[in-house]
Amino acid sequence: MAMLSFERKYRVRGGTLTGGDLFDFWVGPFYVGFFGVTTAFFSLVGTLLIVWGASQGPTWNLWQINIAPPDLKYGLGMAPLMEGGLWQIITVCATGAFVSWALRQVEICRKLGIGYHVPFAFSFAILAYITLVIVRPVLMGAWGHGFPYGIMSHLDWVSNTGYQYLHFHYNPAHMLAVSFFFATVFALSLHGALILCSTNPAKGETVKTAEHENTFFRDTIGYSIGTLGIHRLGLFLALSASFWSAVCIVISGPFWTRGWPEWWSWWLNLPVWR
Amino acid sequence: MAEYQNIFTRVQVAAPSYAGIPLDRGNKEREGPPIHVHLLGRLGDAQIGPIYLGWFGLASALCLFIAIEIIGLNMLASVNWDPVQFVRQLPWLALEPPSPAMGLTLFPPLNEGGWWLMAGFFMTAGVLLWWVRMYRRARALGMGTHVAWAFAAAIWLMLVLGFIRPILMGSWGEAVPFGIFPHLDWTAAFSIRYGNLFYNPFHMLSIAFLYGSTLLFAMHGATILAVSRFGGEREIEQIVDRGTASERAALFWRWCMGFNATMESIHRWGWWFAVLCPLVGGIGILLTGTVVDNWYLWAVKHHVAPIYPAVFAPVADPALLLQGAKP
Repeated sequence: MAMLSFERKYRVRGGTLTGGDLFDFWVGPFYVGFFGVTTAFFSLVGTLLIVWGASQGPTWNLWQINIAPPDLKYGLGMAPLMEGGLWQIITVCATGAFVSWALRQVEICRKLGIGYHVPFAFSFAILAYITLVIVRPVLMGAWGHGFPYGIMSHLDWVSNTGYQYLHFHYNPAHMLAVSFFFATVFALSLHGALILCSTNPAKGETVKTAEHENTFFRDTIGYSIGTLGIHRLGLFLALSASFWSAVCIVISGPFWTRGWPEWWSWWLNLPVWR
Repeated sequence: MAEYQNIFTRVQVAAPSYAGIPLDRGNKEREGPPIHVHLLGRLGDAQIGPIYLGWFGLASALCLFIAIEIIGLNMLASVNWDPVQFVRQLPWLALEPPSPAMGLTLFPPLNEGGWWLMAGFFMTAGVLLWWVRMYRRARALGMGTHVAWAFAAAIWLMLVLGFIRPILMGSWGEAVPFGIFPHLDWTAAFSIRYGNLFYNPFHMLSIAFLYGSTLLFAMHGATILAVSRFGGEREIEQIVDRGTASERAALFWRWCMGFNATMESIHRWGWWFAVLCPLVGGIGILLTGTVVDNWYLWAVKHHVAPIYPAVFAPVADPALLLQGAKP
């Protein structure tokens, strides 16, 4: 159950970043390793703190449970546990768990002799999270600028933070991020569909080849990026979406404090036409 | 760590152009000759073309060209045909739909929404013809029609925004204007008018699929590049005849998160996530204003959102004020 038919020969020793072969084993399908232990520790502590925080809060309604960051008056200091201190510890746990997870991915890559693309990609997601709850609050001078941990509460935070800048759609980095998100979904639909339509061809047809893939896109749009290229493109689009998301929020406040529509006046006032 | 990670192609083979899978009788000739661009070859395939034109492609391109021309010339007219001001103000320029007073009039005066309707008609015709082209080109090569059906999900969202919902609301004025900032303004106003779209569960789902698709493509693209040293990018071969690239890709995720897709199923995951993003998004838009007038109040009623304390003096709900104006 825990092992696939071809799995045994891949389960070899070594490849760890630290700790030698101390935790170099599997539990069920999961590889453990030193960073598996730290991941488990941080995620367990963080999750239990969220559950405990919920138990001290007004509701068990899953949508409405909320662990809020400290009030702005605490600045960058530690806040009392029930007034945002919990949020601070949970943030430390989350960051620890995410980084541990990435390092564990590195160890698995080394074990399997494959490239480091996945942990590299994951680090962009971690970067976006850290930008939201650490970098931007530090630049703004208070942990209270982080977003609250809760389903509806984080949506409210996004909405309120957006309207603080009047109309967030005018944020140029936000424009880029949204465009990259849409482009990623578009490219994923095309790539997924192309593989599926080659391996699940018309009735009575045999499975198609990479030549068919290329021909389909050359026939329809004049260019086929190819089997390797589409994965480079997809990875680039997805990481760009994450990167520009981080940029769009970190410039809101630390760099630009007024409405984003106003920011565009530089364009109207360019010397060539003003 | 300093190993080559296959993020660009280092050695390019200068091979003759590939003319494409031979087409059956009844198809036209492909337009060529293909060219090769070295820089494209660094990232993906160097060959551009040949392309298949065909009647549906030509008709589609013509319709889309007309739509773009109508939009562009209307914008140019709105700045008094001044090309400099056109470029300067382009992000702010719009081709607006008819005013709400026009209702669903099919032929409003041209400068009061008539051009918008015409641009919308040609854009829709162009997109639908393009759908037919995608379907027919797949069939001409004996392939499945998954691309066309994924495209249909995007068309659904487009039709909901510009056609179906305006008809249900009884006014073309409900539709999205053409223009860069104007369509962003429309989106923000739409959200506020209906009590914040963040409380719309279909909007939540759509965003989840948007982010989920990005996550999946990052995971999938990265995984395939990571196993490309074992030929992992030859996905069809790996699907029908599993090699070590597939095995390592699967084991990576199995060891990481206890679960793995297969070389074929990851593309089903990706296809569905990408398709569901506009599909459920379109449902969310369609319900807004037609079935649900205020998503925040909806969410409170269904115990999704809490009732927030009144911080400011009460203002009349615009939804209630406008009630009399609704058809």
